[in-house]
Amino acid sequence: MEETKKKSDQSSTHKIGIYLWIWGLLFVLSFFSYLVDWYQFQGLLRWSLILFFMFLKAGLIMAFFMHLYWERYALVNVLLWPMTAIVCFVALMVAEGKYTLFSRLFYFFVGG
Amino acid sequence: MSDPKIEGFELEKGFRGMAKDTGSDQTMFKGVHWGKAMMWIFLLSDTFVFSCFLIAYMKGRASTPVEWPNPSEVFALDAFGVPVPLLLIALMTFVLITSSGTMALAVKYGYERNRKMCGYLILATALGGLTFVGMQAYEWSKLIHEGVRPWENPFGAAQFGSFFFMITGFHGTHVSIGVIFLFIYCYKVFAGHYDEGKRGWFTKMKGDYVEVEILGLYWHFVDLVWVFIFAFFYLW
Repeated sequence: MEETKKKSDQSSTHKIGIYLWIWGLLFVLSFFSYLVDWYQFQGLLRWSLILFFMFLKAGLIMAFFMHLYWERYALVNVLLWPMTAIVCFVALMVAEGKYTLFSRLFYFFVGG
Repeated sequence: MSDPKIEGFELEKGFRGMAKDTGSDQTMFKGVHWGKAMMWIFLLSDTFVFSCFLIAYMKGRASTPVEWPNPSEVFALDAFGVPVPLLLIALMTFVLITSSGTMALAVKYGYERNRKMCGYLILATALGGLTFVGMQAYEWSKLIHEGVRPWENPFGAAQFGSFFFMITGFHGTHVSIGVIFLFIYCYKVFAGHYDEGKRGWFTKMKGDYVEVEILGLYWHFVDLVWVFIFAFFYLW
């Protein structure tokens, strides 16, 4: 107990400024991503902007609000590498979705 | 929170440090409270659950030949007689980000052993979460009145309803559970359980402000998931 108490006293908390900055940035980025819909951007511009703001927001939350930026690499890497499996899954399902759509159009509408 | 300092020797930083931590004969996550490590592992598994839902939605939407409902029309809200696209969703996003910010500050003040500030900020977070759940209940009832069901809806592809209720419902459940725990922790902070090192209900562990950080991780994760739902479900 003594040990943990000392540790929580020791681990100098971060300055309040950094939290307020990140907070403000999250508001601004959310506002921008709302504007993407407001101005009805379409096509490549739309989804690249959506993805850009999304990853920026997610990164800021994880790095600073969840303190990942200050953690040791052992934890950071254990948490982030498994995410690549999700990327693979997305890629697989994009291909699968295209094939399903093709089959539906081909058999339902063209008639096989 | 930051690199642990152990008297006598210095922990290496970067990838060399990672290799040494991983290969060392003791704990792998140096200076990380076990509760925090377990919360991270839980959040990782929860990430996979949410990914599966969102990927299923992506696949469902990509593979239907029927027109998908236009989210900026479906989720539009009348403000003074003018339909504003995604108004409610934008408000929900701002409420959730606000509560995420207050939680981050609560963690900071907790570590500074500022009991009052920590407690009030957790209370503010809980109220933000409650507002979010209330708005979501309003959104659901509005859509149900308009005839959206898991098996049909008047706007387009029938799959829309099932994905909508499943994904936002699962996220809403997470928020609700978070709100319950935020109120419990708010009580515990104000009662001074973390200053006295009072034991919790299911654990022999003595109370410490690191528990506020663990709760904070969960709450930020809920916000994080909403970032993805907002982008993929409402904006796309």
